[in-house]
Amino acid sequence: MLRRTLSRVSWVDVFLRIFQLVAAVVILIGLYKTFTTARYSSEQWATLAFAGLAQGSIYALIALGYTLVYGILLMINFAHGEIYMTGAFSTVFLAMYFNRIGFLQSSPVLAIIVLILFSAAVSTSIAVLLERIAYRPLRNAPRLIPLITAIGASFALQYTFRGLFGSQFRAYPDIAVLKGTWNILGFDVPLVQPVVFLAAVLLMVALYWFVERTKTGKAMRAVSEDKAVARLMGIDIDRIIVSTFALGGALAGAAGVFNGLFRPQGVFFLMGFFPGIKAFTAAVLGGIGNIPGAMMGGLLLGLIEALGPNLILEGLGIPAANQLKDAIAFLVLVLILIFRPQGIFGERLAEKKA
Amino acid sequence: MSKRFVSIFSLLVIASMALAACGGGAAPLECTDAIGCVEVAAGEPIHLAYMLTVSGATATLGDDSLGGIRVALNDRPDVLGHTVELTGEDEGCSAEGGQTAGTKVAADPSVVAIVGTNCSGAAFAALPAISEAGMLMCSSSNTNPGLTDPEGGWLPGYYRTAHNDKFQGRIAAEFAYNELGARTAATIHDGSPYAQALQQVFAETFAALGGTVTFQGAVNVGDTDMRAVLTTVAADTPDILYYPIFEPEGNFITAQAAEVAGMENTILMGADGLLADTFPENSGENVVGMYLSGPYVTGATYDDFLAKWAEVIGGVPPSGFHAFAYDCTNMILDAIESVAQQGSDGTLLIGRQALRDAMTATAGFDGLTGSLTCNEYGDCATGEALAVFQITEAELNGGWPPAAIWTP
Repeated sequence: MLRRTLSRVSWVDVFLRIFQLVAAVVILIGLYKTFTTARYSSEQWATLAFAGLAQGSIYALIALGYTLVYGILLMINFAHGEIYMTGAFSTVFLAMYFNRIGFLQSSPVLAIIVLILFSAAVSTSIAVLLERIAYRPLRNAPRLIPLITAIGASFALQYTFRGLFGSQFRAYPDIAVLKGTWNILGFDVPLVQPVVFLAAVLLMVALYWFVERTKTGKAMRAVSEDKAVARLMGIDIDRIIVSTFALGGALAGAAGVFNGLFRPQGVFFLMGFFPGIKAFTAAVLGGIGNIPGAMMGGLLLGLIEALGPNLILEGLGIPAANQLKDAIAFLVLVLILIFRPQGIFGERLAEKKA
Repeated sequence: MSKRFVSIFSLLVIASMALAACGGGAAPLECTDAIGCVEVAAGEPIHLAYMLTVSGATATLGDDSLGGIRVALNDRPDVLGHTVELTGEDEGCSAEGGQTAGTKVAADPSVVAIVGTNCSGAAFAALPAISEAGMLMCSSSNTNPGLTDPEGGWLPGYYRTAHNDKFQGRIAAEFAYNELGARTAATIHDGSPYAQALQQVFAETFAALGGTVTFQGAVNVGDTDMRAVLTTVAADTPDILYYPIFEPEGNFITAQAAEVAGMENTILMGADGLLADTFPENSGENVVGMYLSGPYVTGATYDDFLAKWAEVIGGVPPSGFHAFAYDCTNMILDAIESVAQQGSDGTLLIGRQALRDAMTATAGFDGLTGSLTCNEYGDCATGEALAVFQITEAELNGGWPPAAIWTP
């Protein structure tokens, strides 16, 4: 009897079980040690957490672009980080101009809205162009081919922008009204962080409403479920795919401006690479193809990245913990995929695709 | 063999010997140099190369040094009857870039000498190929101590007019301890040989003066979120944070230090890697009041130089190493003038070992950056041309350069 039970258990399962246990224990030890040494004040934790939330909401906006396209085409648009870059990079010049003529400081809200619209317009056009030139001709090719095309498109965009605007770093101007702090739960938080967070959440809610309630959104869901049947129902597949790319592009463009408000420095032609990879991680974390999953995955990744090094690694006595920030982000991805291979919100996807 | 043939042959030999003795011009220059020579034919230019970081985030450093070289060459259009041709490679301020640039330059046997690199990391990677090829390189801004230390990576053919980190790190620490009254300090580097060595010298000097170093950490090149490391720094609330790194990581640290609780009273200080005209504007308003250590050159000859810069390049130099590049170029040209053998038809023969020996023998060279004397490992800087600068509102609004507030 015992032998039969044992023979049904595979070694991989045992290994994964042990791995899960060890990971959980290590994380708990790290947390415990950090809290017992009490090296950091609660203000400092709050600083990290709110910055992490703002960063996470930017990741989430970019992640939505990955997830929307994946949901419809089952293809990973690796050039999406570059779509984010094109918006952020072109808008920095408009922001600098607005600052020079005083518009940015005199009516900041209007100016920021114009910046977001401009950035979204640039990113959307690039995303639509990319779909038309790079992906549509390969619609029926094997899945590996558009993936490689995406990497090529990513390089093409990076170096086009380097050619257009040079390789120097630029920075978004400081905006006086966003300089203050806001008292949240007794902590003074730089105003810009909750503003970015709330604006991003607003956009995500709007997207959710768009996908769930509008006709185009309904069509998108139909195409994502079954292209052939959707076509039989009279849905113009090409138009829906283009609007999906446009939607993802617009969100990425907005994320570019939010990033410029939250962290003005370091705008240059390679700025999209790392956020792109991180947002892809966030999309997988939440369950790729799933819209609320991308949102939660982004926020979670932002928080883990911000808090992880000081919270877990320092407690474990690992030196230079801050340098392992990226390692932590990807380690968490591995852990979550071991615990839940389909991602946090992955089940609904599985149902939908079944 | 017939008698007549022998006599004609010997006659010819004697005649040709006599002709050679009288004519002189036909006598070929002979290379007796241990590691080879460069022959520059009449009418051909003398070939110098640069390896500087002329693209990317640190391009201001490269443009600055390149301008210094151009001004020097503009001063000396004629070297022993030849013009000077300048070609160059981008060293990208990285080991990979230095490797590529060094290999490419070393493969061109017409190159006599090189001005470069800017970044110490690139110099370590480029030097083996350059040294092997018998060339010499003179750096305007390498500051890592190892480059002129036979134990640390020095190879024959390496020279620099830039100040060794041993000077700059010490001056920064003395300024922090004596002038600012700081007693606790934290340092951050970016893993580059330049930043790592500089913060180490700073920390050692600061500790030797009686201060306490609370934290020595690092960030990755490419990191954008510095709050985690700043929170670690803030846990000890040090009096001063010294981060001798580059843009844009320096921009992120400067800007984000304003947000981290516990950093309110910490003085920010950087070094010459951040002494670039783009730095204040790219960092935002928290940069006001920040200190930077870096090269400082003054005097009437320097004012002349600036006037020439405005004429040849235009504007003002974007960073602090132009004068060092100018001195490097002039030292190399002086050395060429002193060792080149001149043929009567205008051909030049430059012995590579002789050229290196002449560079090493440089003593009391009257340069923009002071009186330069090279030691046997190519360290030619005086260490005097240094100061501490403070960034003010004026620099944030596009003014450059900042005023020097303290000199050792």
